[in-house]
Amino acid sequence: MGKKRPRSILPGFGLSLGFTLAYLGLIVLFPLLLVFVKASGLGWSGLLHAVSTPRVLAACRLTFGLSALACLLNCVFGLLIAWVLVRYRFPGRGFLDASVDLPFAMPTAVAGIALTGIYAPNGWIGSLLKPYGIKVAFAPPGILIALVFIGLPFVVRTLQPVLEDFEIAQEEAAASLGATRWQTFCRVVFPQLAPALVTGTTLAFARAVGEYGSVVFIAGNMPGKTEIVPLLIITKLEQYDYAGATALAALMLLISFALLLLINFLQRKTLVRPTT
Amino acid sequence: MSVQTRSTQDPLWARILLIGGMFGFLCLFLFVPLASVFVEAFRKGLAVYAAAITEENARSAIVLTLTLAAICVPLNAVFGLAAAWAIAKFSFKGKSLLLALIDLPFAVSPVVSGLVYVLLFGANGVFGAWLQAHDIQIIFAVPGMALATIFVTFPFVARELIPLMQAQGNDQEYAALSLGASGWQTFLRVTLPNIKWALFYGIILCNARAMGEFGAVSVVSGHIRGETNTLPLHVEVLYNEYNSAAAFACASILSLLGLLTLGLKTFIEWRAGLRRRNP
Repeated sequence: MGKKRPRSILPGFGLSLGFTLAYLGLIVLFPLLLVFVKASGLGWSGLLHAVSTPRVLAACRLTFGLSALACLLNCVFGLLIAWVLVRYRFPGRGFLDASVDLPFAMPTAVAGIALTGIYAPNGWIGSLLKPYGIKVAFAPPGILIALVFIGLPFVVRTLQPVLEDFEIAQEEAAASLGATRWQTFCRVVFPQLAPALVTGTTLAFARAVGEYGSVVFIAGNMPGKTEIVPLLIITKLEQYDYAGATALAALMLLISFALLLLINFLQRKTLVRPTT
Repeated sequence: MSVQTRSTQDPLWARILLIGGMFGFLCLFLFVPLASVFVEAFRKGLAVYAAAITEENARSAIVLTLTLAAICVPLNAVFGLAAAWAIAKFSFKGKSLLLALIDLPFAVSPVVSGLVYVLLFGANGVFGAWLQAHDIQIIFAVPGMALATIFVTFPFVARELIPLMQAQGNDQEYAALSLGASGWQTFLRVTLPNIKWALFYGIILCNARAMGEFGAVSVVSGHIRGETNTLPLHVEVLYNEYNSAAAFACASILSLLGLLTLGLKTFIEWRAGLRRRNP
């Protein structure tokens, strides 16, 4: 919408924009700005001191490491699911398609206790894994499962429209020139899906980093071992360590903003991709 | 979707493998957990289930959850309409920045969304002393929880309406105005009917998140039983007390809400031909 339109004769511009800006400013921008003001009040040394304790560093490693792993898993399975849902016709496809949004529709706390229930040592799946000495709930693999759960729809829903718009003719051309199905996928289809795949995976990562509700039940929450950053922020708040909580929140916000910028950039790139 | 010829169709074994892989993945991550909620909820029988969801604290949690949704959803719907009207119908500088800022709450961790209001209105917060002097309670009370919920559900309605209204253009509104309709008449009789499904869609998603929000509300609630526990927080309390049957009973209500949301969402997508969009 870069083109300049003639001045609109429609009424209500001042009212609607004024309300929008006031509401946005009061509810979102002012409170978020305050976090940075408060954090900068700590000074550089104070900030560094607050975020460089072993406990914070361990929580950061765990949160970002598992989020990266989870979004990579989602990248693989999201591509698989989007491909199957768009390309294949089979009974129950519509139902499975709708169910991909379950992680959005389900309250995170419900997902949290449900996943904990089945992956706990006495749960449906946990009890099957226990004889092999595999501990899922209350250990990092449990956190991973929760993060995969909440990230899945981002990848699938970003890929689906791109796959739906994909021109079959390009694949026919590749096939008629002697490419095998696998070659066609790798050299013709995948390169065009890649931008959307990266966007979806980044969206899933951004969500995973900040996720709290579905993780906190299954994590076990042992400081330094299975404690994620959002939980650590809450713990600091409950111990009246406002400085520590604010510093961590500012760090998380900076990372969120960076990811948001990246996603915007990627989406713009996806949109202006030349369509032959 | 055009008809696929043999050359662009995956071999049968690949199709079976991929469909099987998808089914296994979805079972493991979605269907088994969902089923387990209901199995666990009814494990100790119907009487325990009924008692768990009609008990006093559960009832007050349900009332509080409904109250919060009743406050937040209309406010964010009005905001969504105003923002979409300004952004879609007029051209002005800084529009893309405004669009990005509206999406901001989705990028923020729910915990941080709650924390910002503690920094504002908590005992040590910016307005803490003033609020205390005037005996106004925001944090650990309904106003704070409502603010946190508004924050996390902020973009839902706006981001459904803005692209649709941008695509629809202004021609119908111009026609209405030139035929003598007032601004409000134009909005109510021309614009609103055109966007009703997208509005409904946004409201449903907003409502589901408002009722199910956990992290942000947890930070500002203070967990006072029977007073500031929403249904998701009540589930947490019960679960941490090893009252698993009651926790899953309350969780099953929230699951039904989730399933209802999913059903309505799918219905609107089908009815209005809306394309699914990113959350």
